[in-house]
Amino acid sequence: MSASGPFQDKPKIRADALSVARGGRVLFESLSFAAEPGAYIEIRGGNGAGKTTLLRTLAGYLKPRGGQIVFENAEEPSLALHFVGHQNGLKPTLSVASHLRYWAGLFGGAINAGVAAEKLGLSALLERAARTLSQGQARRLSLSRLVLAPRPIWLLDEPAAALDANGKAMLATIIDAHRAEGGLVLAAVHEPLGPTPSQTLTVGV
Amino acid sequence: MSALVATFRRDLALMWGGGGGALAPLGFFLGATMLVPLAMGPERNLLAAAGPPLVWIAAALAVLATLERLFQADLEDGSLDHMLLSPEPLELIVLAKGAALWVAVGLPLALASAPAAIALQAPPELVPAIVLSLLLGMAAFIGIGLVGAAVTAGVKRGGVLIALIVLPFFAPPIIFGSAVAGGEHVGAALSVLAGFALAALALGPIAAAAALRLQAE
Repeated sequence: MSASGPFQDKPKIRADALSVARGGRVLFESLSFAAEPGAYIEIRGGNGAGKTTLLRTLAGYLKPRGGQIVFENAEEPSLALHFVGHQNGLKPTLSVASHLRYWAGLFGGAINAGVAAEKLGLSALLERAARTLSQGQARRLSLSRLVLAPRPIWLLDEPAAALDANGKAMLATIIDAHRAEGGLVLAAVHEPLGPTPSQTLTVGV
Repeated sequence: MSALVATFRRDLALMWGGGGGALAPLGFFLGATMLVPLAMGPERNLLAAAGPPLVWIAAALAVLATLERLFQADLEDGSLDHMLLSPEPLELIVLAKGAALWVAVGLPLALASAPAAIALQAPPELVPAIVLSLLLGMAAFIGIGLVGAAVTAGVKRGGVLIALIVLPFFAPPIIFGSAVAGGEHVGAALSVLAGFALAALALGPIAAAAALRLQAE
């Protein structure tokens, strides 16, 4: 993938001898990798192997037990990344449009709510309250953050969960577009998402 | 729209829209204060002497009920993860949530204290001071309450725990607020309340944000 695009300082991530623990139990040790702009890294491993913990550690929510994570060309890593976890972060009584408005304000930066809604097939659902969305629609709304406020690093935890074939295709499209712009994507997956990974990381024993 | 305005608007919409979360504490406050004259009987002098400070007790308990879900919902549904990725510091986002709570719950409750105080036989000339004291007192309660809500965000049914944590810190505003309601040293008591509210709003969000960062782990 080309590394040219709108993300001017094209952050890279490097992990050196990373080890993480959860609840006192070591999940994996001495994991090293480097992610370049345009990279798409699939993280694989069984249930409980530490995929989510790895992503939450990279996002800065958890402290690694050992080793280090280096963000190059990103002064404040938490402002250069998006984290899409298992929970969608939706409020049942608020509409799709009000979620988009809230995230646009919360994440700051360039905002394209209309584009985000369109790319994830939400345009017809804007006035619907989040509690009336299906699981797949709620997941699409959660993924719309990625397009809504452009940030170079995407950390995705099983992003295709609950998505139909159409939703998976949309996800693959935005991932490809993001890589073409020099962004980088790390996704924990059980099934391939579609785009060809530049690297596969296997965590756990 | 900045992150703080967005947070404020979202929390206000959550409290006033749909579930009606802001009406319950108001109903509790009015119900509790209206029952006092019934319980104390028809002795007007007794009520005039003991009644007015009770608006403060009712107000403290009413705001307590709103604290349990303040951060717990954000922790459970993943919203807290998003707040940590905002360009605005978590301390200010927490303050914006507190401000929304003050507007949605504190403000109506302070205004409702006017009829409540009259029902409790407060002298009419004292009513504006009581309303003003509760406007300040609600800010103090919320500043303190943010910390209790953040510390217990990960605890299921943490309501009782929140009460144990914050009620001791509610004591100073209640002492000076009751002085206002009782008509003693009104000006001085209001100044102390204002100082306490400012301190709680300055320090509460810092402590609450620190607790929330631990909750995100």
